[in-house]
Amino acid sequence: MSHVLEIKDLNVVFGGLHAMKDLNFHVDEGEIVSVIGPNGAGKTTFFNTITGLVKPTSGDVLYEGHSILGLDPNQVTALGIARTFQNVRLFANMTVVENVMVAQHCRTKQGALSALLNTKAFKQEEREIREYGEKVLGFFGSRLVGYRFDQPAFVLSYANRRRLEIARAMATKPKLLLLDEPVAGMNPKESAELTALIGRLRSEWGFTIVMIEHDMSVVRDVSDRVVVLDHGETIAQGDFDEVSNDPGVIEAYLGRPLENAEDKT
Amino acid sequence: MTVAVRSKSAYKKSNVDFFLSFIKVLLVLMVSVGLLAFIAQQIDPNNPFAEWRNEGATRLGWPALKGLLIAGTIQGFMYGLIALGYSMVYGVLGFINFAHGEVFMVGGMSGWIVSEKLFETGLWEDAFLLALILVILVSIGVSTLTAVIIERVAYRPLRGSPRLIPLITSIGVSFFLQYTVSLLLGPASKSFPVLPEWLTKDRTPLDISGTQIMVLVVAIVSMAGLWYYVENTKTGKAMRAVAEDKEIAALMGIDVDKTIVRTFAIGGAMAGVAGIMWGLLFKSLIFTSGFLPGIKAFTAAVVGGVGNLGGAMAGGLSLGVAESTAPLVLLEPLGIPGVSQLKDAVAFVLLISVLLFKPTGLFGERLSDDERA
Amino acid sequence: MSELMNDSSSLPAPPPWSFDPRRLGRLGGLAGLTMAFICLIGMPVKIDTVPLIERVLSRGYTSLVWVPVVFGFIVASQVVLEGMQARKRGLGDIIDGTVVGGIGGFLVGLLAWLINNYDIRDPLINWSPALYDFLSFSKGTGFAFFIWTALGLGLGAVGAGLQVLPTAYRRIATWPAIAIVSVSVLEAAFSDLLENLKLEFVADAIYAKQRGVTVKGAIILAVLAAIVAFGRDRVKTVVASANANGTVLPGAALLNNVAASTRKKISTTLGVVAIFVVPLFLGRIMHELLANVGLFILLALGLNVVVGLAGILDLGYVAFFAVGGYTTAVLTSPFAPWWTPELPWFVSLIFVMIVAALVGLIIGAPVIRMRGDYLAIVTLGFGEIIRLLFLSDWLSPYFGGAQGITNIPGVEIGVTTIKGTDPRAVFYLVMVFCIVAIYASWRLENSRLGRAWMAIREDESVAEAMGINTVNAKLAAFVTGAVLASFSGAIFAAKAGSIFPGSFKILVSVILLVVVIVGGMGRIAGVMVGAAVLIGVLGGPSQPGLLQEFGEYKLLVYGVLLVLMMLKRPEGLLPNVRRSRELHGDELTQDVWIKAQIEMDEEDNSATTEGEVAPA
Repeated sequence: MSHVLEIKDLNVVFGGLHAMKDLNFHVDEGEIVSVIGPNGAGKTTFFNTITGLVKPTSGDVLYEGHSILGLDPNQVTALGIARTFQNVRLFANMTVVENVMVAQHCRTKQGALSALLNTKAFKQEEREIREYGEKVLGFFGSRLVGYRFDQPAFVLSYANRRRLEIARAMATKPKLLLLDEPVAGMNPKESAELTALIGRLRSEWGFTIVMIEHDMSVVRDVSDRVVVLDHGETIAQGDFDEVSNDPGVIEAYLGRPLENAEDKT
Repeated sequence: MTVAVRSKSAYKKSNVDFFLSFIKVLLVLMVSVGLLAFIAQQIDPNNPFAEWRNEGATRLGWPALKGLLIAGTIQGFMYGLIALGYSMVYGVLGFINFAHGEVFMVGGMSGWIVSEKLFETGLWEDAFLLALILVILVSIGVSTLTAVIIERVAYRPLRGSPRLIPLITSIGVSFFLQYTVSLLLGPASKSFPVLPEWLTKDRTPLDISGTQIMVLVVAIVSMAGLWYYVENTKTGKAMRAVAEDKEIAALMGIDVDKTIVRTFAIGGAMAGVAGIMWGLLFKSLIFTSGFLPGIKAFTAAVVGGVGNLGGAMAGGLSLGVAESTAPLVLLEPLGIPGVSQLKDAVAFVLLISVLLFKPTGLFGERLSDDERA
Repeated sequence: MSELMNDSSSLPAPPPWSFDPRRLGRLGGLAGLTMAFICLIGMPVKIDTVPLIERVLSRGYTSLVWVPVVFGFIVASQVVLEGMQARKRGLGDIIDGTVVGGIGGFLVGLLAWLINNYDIRDPLINWSPALYDFLSFSKGTGFAFFIWTALGLGLGAVGAGLQVLPTAYRRIATWPAIAIVSVSVLEAAFSDLLENLKLEFVADAIYAKQRGVTVKGAIILAVLAAIVAFGRDRVKTVVASANANGTVLPGAALLNNVAASTRKKISTTLGVVAIFVVPLFLGRIMHELLANVGLFILLALGLNVVVGLAGILDLGYVAFFAVGGYTTAVLTSPFAPWWTPELPWFVSLIFVMIVAALVGLIIGAPVIRMRGDYLAIVTLGFGEIIRLLFLSDWLSPYFGGAQGITNIPGVEIGVTTIKGTDPRAVFYLVMVFCIVAIYASWRLENSRLGRAWMAIREDESVAEAMGINTVNAKLAAFVTGAVLASFSGAIFAAKAGSIFPGSFKILVSVILLVVVIVGGMGRIAGVMVGAAVLIGVLGGPSQPGLLQEFGEYKLLVYGVLLVLMMLKRPEGLLPNVRRSRELHGDELTQDVWIKAQIEMDEEDNSATTEGEVAPA
């Protein structure tokens, strides 16, 4: 049985910057894997390479056993990999529900002709798209439903925008969900709420999740496995406790103590 | 930000890509066949390959070809001068200043006004060199002023808008300038006073006319001046910094507004030189004179690599020579009648080809990251 | 926090009025320059022969006197920032306006003096004795200085005064002026309409024999306009206060019961009816104008799909117009040089659509991946290439070259044939196609494809990340636009009876762009109104509008309009509300942030368990 996602010996070089160095990574179905590491470690580049925004210098990206290297981002999404963005990039002038409706584009097929003729199939599909969109939004409780459906996305509060960002990725009906710092900027209460929701994304909706995150409480609460990146390389892997005590990881985050300093952590 | 570099994977080529590959192949084929037929025609006009598409093919004599090459080069220099303005503004502000062609025209027109006056007072013939310098200075002055005013009034308020907004505005400015000149000075075409005899006669051994030499000299001097300015002075360095990243340049203490004004000013000055040279070379100007050269100069900037000043000059020269020689060297051997009518199309086909084969231009773009997006 | 927002007394007080000579000097100078410019482009002298109000005011002077009024208005205006109070306008502002107008007027006097004493007619062709006589009222330089400075002072004060007046009264002051100018200038249309409605007496009352509005007519119009403005204002105040007090007015109940969507349907139906009924009451010249305007509206609707819905700036749109026209010509005309199938128009239309779609694909495929501005230039290039090809000797065996193709038969419908000789019928035909175009735009906008277009406009790379094949979606928009343009081309060919490459210059694309932008990108009603107003009044690229004498200046005006629209309101006059938000993003961000803060506070305070709906 192949991994849902497998990265083999990935190298990404931008001019003088070696962003990813011989990276190896895999995720199995139903796992929640967190990718952590100090800033500049190459985590978002990692996502960009998977989704096809960035072309690697060498190495391979395999989705369900098949190479997806060189595919356009929309093809990658159609295959079943969805992502959110670190700086929320919603379609701000579209309504909340339109954001999750347009995300279903690659799962629907009625084209211009059926739109023009207003066929029964077209109307049916529009209904289904809207219903599914509302269902996805309902996952977040009362926050994005009801009167919110037809509000333009830019009126949402910051936390709601992050939720909508996730809802939009969900609406593409993926198998693998790549979340880029889902709780960034949220207060502790919101983070805790979202952490629980991430767990339910796996248990109720069946997604496999790879998450970039800085908030360690979220990472600890929800991950099966943690991978630590620094300067484009994996420096540690395992469950949260192993990784948080790994000296290499501590050094990457905090630096090495001076030679003659007392052992003071 | 994300670097959008993608390639097509082997098994998922889309229909559009197939079609584009087909077009590329077609273009390459046409150019090769045309050139080969031309070569065949030059070797022996009765050669069956030469006659295949073009019956009655005749050899293009060297003097004629030389004439075309020289004319093309001269025109290429002028395109290059105009292209500098497009390239610089695109590099610094990230949009196409559609009105730049009109800045060129306005410079030329103001040069015309002064040259007429000088001609009336007789100074034109008596002290031609002095008159010429005066006329050039006026052209430069007026076009620089125009460019700076346009920036202040129409573009500065739009700093930071999505790229298409200033482009559309510049189209409006272009129209405004064209019709202002037409209404103020009259829509008829303006003839320049005759150049003195000693200048216009042909110079052997190159068979190049004195006028053409004059244009060449003026163009080279201007470009050298620009090169020196951009590479060595503080302002030049500031321009490059602002082109690279506006925000960081501001943080480094560079006055971004002033630098942008200077960019427009220099581009305008170059266009002014080109304008007066154009008028003197072709002996007339009309209010629509800026439109086509403007677009073609932008093509030249793209061909050379936008934001790249050396590229702009190189692009201009390439375009000038291509435009001048393509009708007889490429199109006629392919059997297309009335080739001189299609001269203007050469620029556009060149633009499309460059964007298909090497979108960053022959010498590479020099843009900031957000402009590249 | 919301209390803070509403309590204006706690907002910072605006700075009081102060005399700022530099600002006044600048604006006054600008006013003077503007008037000098208008004089030197020859407008006043040229249109002076036609009176605006008979014996009182000629059009020539009208073209100048608006300037001090506008500049007076501007000098007294204020940019009110969010969270600040507006300063109450008063005497100081009127002084400002007076000074600005006075400076401007003085400069006009100066111009007259200069014309009298120096002759630079050589480059500036309008620097003429005629202009001098006009400016000095043939009474000498001294008088020129006096009259223009006086006019400037007075009109500048009027302009500033408009700012001082409460908004309600402002309309009562300006609408009469607008009414008089419109009715006078659009005399051809109005008198034509009145004549056909058998209401000549109205025309006789208002219009003078030598063109222009009579004094009596001007007074009547002014009074009527003032009454309408006043009435409108009163109705609004009454309704507003009733809403505030909770009282129900007699008619309000009826209005409220009618839902917004029904009201919209009624007004749309009325509009459609008007479009089809009004031309029955118009004369021949108006029919010709309507037919031309209609063709442009159809083109604008097509361009609206490309530019407004998908955000693709196609500057070579005229190419598809040309393709539609030439395909029709070749397929229907017996004089087509190469192939003469002589098909009936409606049959040829099918092939026209196919050919247009193919050309759209051929042009679209290379350009669709390019950056927006490169795409604009390249499409411009394609437009030119296509025109050059149709003009060339090379393809003249097929398309007639510079001689074009003539003898294109009209459109056969049943027993009649619609041809250029009956422009009203052409207009109706065009309107039918416009309805088709509107329907198509509307359906596409509210479909899966329309949403994809919106997403692409918002953020193209994110749209791609959401699974949208942006290349195909944009190509679809391009092709749709191409087909719609070809409809217009086909009708144009049948109407004109012959087709020449000269009709397809870049100018057409640019004017269309102005129309789509001024009308409001993305909003159908806006685009139609924009086309009707601009093409109808100012005129198209080669067609005169209602303001025939103005024809030389129309392209200048288009240029100015485009720049003004982009600077002030990029979203157009009747904006698509969505677009407006896109383009005024910064201004709205502050509002949004404040609202979001409020929202977050509310959410923290409310129950957040699932199933409970948070308060609005």
